[in-house]
Amino acid sequence: MDAQLLTELEKLLGAENVLYKAEDLLLYEYDGSVEVARPNCVVFPKDAGEVTALVALANRFQTPIVGRGAGTGLSGGALARTGGMLIVFSRMNRILHVDAENQRAVVQPGVVNADLSAAVVHLGLHFAPDPSSQKACTIGGNVSENSGGPHTLAYGVTTNHVVAMQIVLPTGELVRIGSSAVDAPGYDLTGLFVGSEGTLGLVTEVTVKLTRLPEETKTLLAIFDRVEDCTETVADITARGITPAACEMLDGWSLRAIEAYIHAGYPVDSAAVLLIDVDGLREAAAVQSEQVADVCRAHHAREVRLAKDTRERDLLWKGRKNAFAAVGRLSPSYYVQDGVIPRTKLPETLRRIEEIGKKYGFEIGNIFHAGDGNLHPIVPFDARDAEQFRRAVAASDEIIEFCVAAGGTITGEHGVGMEKDRLMPLMFSEAELELMKRIRNAFNPAGLLNPEKIFPASKGCGEIRSRPKRAVQEVGVA
Amino acid sequence: MSTPAAPGAVSRLEGIVSVGAFSAEPAKLAAYAVDGIAPSAAVRPGSPEEICEVVKFAAAENLAIIPCGARTKIGIGLAPRRYDIALDLTRLNQVVAYDPGDLTLSVEPGVLLHNLDRELGKHGQMLPLGAPFLASATVGGTIVSGVDGPLRQFYGTARDFVLGMEFVNGEGVAGKSGGRVVKNVTGYDLHKLMIGSLGTLGIVTRINFRTFPAPQEVRAFAVHFASAQDAAECRDAVAASALRPLTFEIASPAIANLFTRAAAFQAEPLPSGIFSPREWTLITSFAGTGAVLDRCESDLRKIVEAAGGSHFVRIGGGAAEKELSHVSAVITRLREFAPIALAASPACTIAKISVLPEHLEHALAAAKHAAEDHSLPWAAMARGLGVIYVALLPEERSEKAMNCVVASMNRIQEDCTRLEGHCTIPWCPLEWKSALKIWGPDRDDLPLMQKVKTVFDPRGIFAPGRFMGGI
Repeated sequence: MDAQLLTELEKLLGAENVLYKAEDLLLYEYDGSVEVARPNCVVFPKDAGEVTALVALANRFQTPIVGRGAGTGLSGGALARTGGMLIVFSRMNRILHVDAENQRAVVQPGVVNADLSAAVVHLGLHFAPDPSSQKACTIGGNVSENSGGPHTLAYGVTTNHVVAMQIVLPTGELVRIGSSAVDAPGYDLTGLFVGSEGTLGLVTEVTVKLTRLPEETKTLLAIFDRVEDCTETVADITARGITPAACEMLDGWSLRAIEAYIHAGYPVDSAAVLLIDVDGLREAAAVQSEQVADVCRAHHAREVRLAKDTRERDLLWKGRKNAFAAVGRLSPSYYVQDGVIPRTKLPETLRRIEEIGKKYGFEIGNIFHAGDGNLHPIVPFDARDAEQFRRAVAASDEIIEFCVAAGGTITGEHGVGMEKDRLMPLMFSEAELELMKRIRNAFNPAGLLNPEKIFPASKGCGEIRSRPKRAVQEVGVA
Repeated sequence: MSTPAAPGAVSRLEGIVSVGAFSAEPAKLAAYAVDGIAPSAAVRPGSPEEICEVVKFAAAENLAIIPCGARTKIGIGLAPRRYDIALDLTRLNQVVAYDPGDLTLSVEPGVLLHNLDRELGKHGQMLPLGAPFLASATVGGTIVSGVDGPLRQFYGTARDFVLGMEFVNGEGVAGKSGGRVVKNVTGYDLHKLMIGSLGTLGIVTRINFRTFPAPQEVRAFAVHFASAQDAAECRDAVAASALRPLTFEIASPAIANLFTRAAAFQAEPLPSGIFSPREWTLITSFAGTGAVLDRCESDLRKIVEAAGGSHFVRIGGGAAEKELSHVSAVITRLREFAPIALAASPACTIAKISVLPEHLEHALAAAKHAAEDHSLPWAAMARGLGVIYVALLPEERSEKAMNCVVASMNRIQEDCTRLEGHCTIPWCPLEWKSALKIWGPDRDDLPLMQKVKTVFDPRGIFAPGRFMGGI
């Protein structure tokens, strides 16, 4: 760590907002993924002016900079892969403006996702993207990763809910893109920046759409004795033109892990369940919940439970949203993938995942956003055993390759980051990646902002993976 | 101004594209004119590979290309700085993949929108673009021109349901982004940049969409309000209620005559009394089962009464063919507002305004005053989520009319800026373009857009000069 840079940082932010001692940096080596990377320093700016000044310093000292919210990300997006300065937005956590009439909110990037919804619930509104880590993850992180969540099935992902941003570019300029009113003229820069994984700019302010809360939500738990029945139900719900607000699948392995931890009331003796929300007007929710229940029964659901009150509903969802924390109690480490498949391919994909598990000697758990074909297969492994880790990665890669071959993609909501960069060639040719890289280089010409993310290292570099972390943090996953 | 390319260069194009895909006949080229400028050649390639070759050639020879489909919206944007090759995409007209079970669709840009609607309809599905010029528009042109439709109230715009695209960049290299699944964060969302880009970034060769189940039943309602303010108040009340309308449009009094007389739609006659010639008319529709629609109707009726609406009329809602056609006659005209207005005046000039919903009434008032102060006939259609199309309808295409229109539009644009909104002018007589601020005032993020343009089209051969800031 450059002593002069440190002096400048402390002068700019105050010593209490700059961390650089090894023991202080430890926490910031991790996010929610299995990746590890240590920054040289961690800084906590309080406003866009300070962020601009930090970027100017980084340019002067040629130090890499990486933005970070709560560090709940699942692809290493907020890790300082090449060291340098980690800019943590936890002090920029104010909701600047709520405009109920126009259904907009202007927030700083460090606002916690669930806090925003809680702040507007009395207005009958909420911020619709709901990653499972929503009690900790920040809007800035959601914007960078274009986060999803269970209810994005009906409501859309983060990009569908962001209309404008203030950004500090890696070159140090403070700019505004998009607008609070819809249809800002010109190229859709907001659409480009959302999901760019912190490689194009540092977000210092976000204008989001707020969504009216539905009049009624009904939560159903459909219990199946055969996994195939469960996956076929999902395909059939889609085919019949029913759009639930959420449609999550948990297999028996995951159910048992969750039940041991949360006591959500999941049936531990079943093969799989679907957790389904339908919402809207009272009349619409009533009809839809009947339609959904009928489809479940037609596919031999053993039982279809309807949560009878908010408490029961919240408990069912608490189980789902803490699923990964529950898995963490069972296995020293686990590797979660985020592949997406066309929804009709769900039954064959699950069969394939089981085969892959057998081949590599793992019992792979499955917690899916089934309604939109977004899979989260969990490969539990012991990170102390390097050979097991290699097998876990190999099994996960094989699942991802299957997803891509089925017409899907390598990541639905977690991002590429430093975890899946090597998988990018499965999706894009060299020329296609080159064009994306040129976009990055146009905004990030010196390559100081979030280096070595998204794009695979140049050829001939060999396969170097960072070591897995020692313990699993208790973080939720979308 | 158009710089004619060396004739030799353009004629060598013929050897690059497949037989019959090249034309340099003046009569044919005239049909490809953009803002009065005809190209030196037109090509109709049959594959993305052929497009790559054409673009590589054009890049090497520094020839300017404007891509086109059915050319229904080719007049949108500034006049091109130069224009050598018309790249006609209508031969790329295949549905590449349609998986009803997955609700995903992959099409080439030249597919006709109405053919696609029919194909999806067979499976009880739809693509909620609901865009104007439906009778002849292509999917590609609809996406790249960035037009919207009434269904955006419920489904959002193309940026919300385009899943990915393939395109050819300004160096003739094929690129892509996104994919064919409904959830995907792999790589940058370059396809979002293509929407509304007027072909200035790339030649789109494939578009992937998510499709939607078509509503089981649709019921529309019409209500009259004494003022735009009352109608806007009703909008606010609906937005604050549990109702989620499928469409929500407010029409100015002049629309009644405009729509009744619309010659192109006489096959679908408008039921009488829906649009008031003296008052503002709200048209809103809902989808769902009978019970849901009954509830929507009763809630809406209460809201409307409180907001001072009158002549509450239910359009359709029965299974009777006649009633269904009434809903269609009304929604079609709302969708086709721009072409209907364009046909109604020899010098129709249309502004597209976007403001926060609370400013709808202020923007409508600004439009009314700007038009009436210059004695210009006008009509406006406002969408509930904050978009207004204002058509100024001079009776003649004269210099005097131009001065009036320019003065009115300048004032509307100033007012929109004050309301923190936007006002662009997608349609106006060609010779008035240079007098109007087609793209509205300059935006602070224009330098970033220029960066994007340079990445995609480093030699500046795609539709040069047509986009905001002369991009």
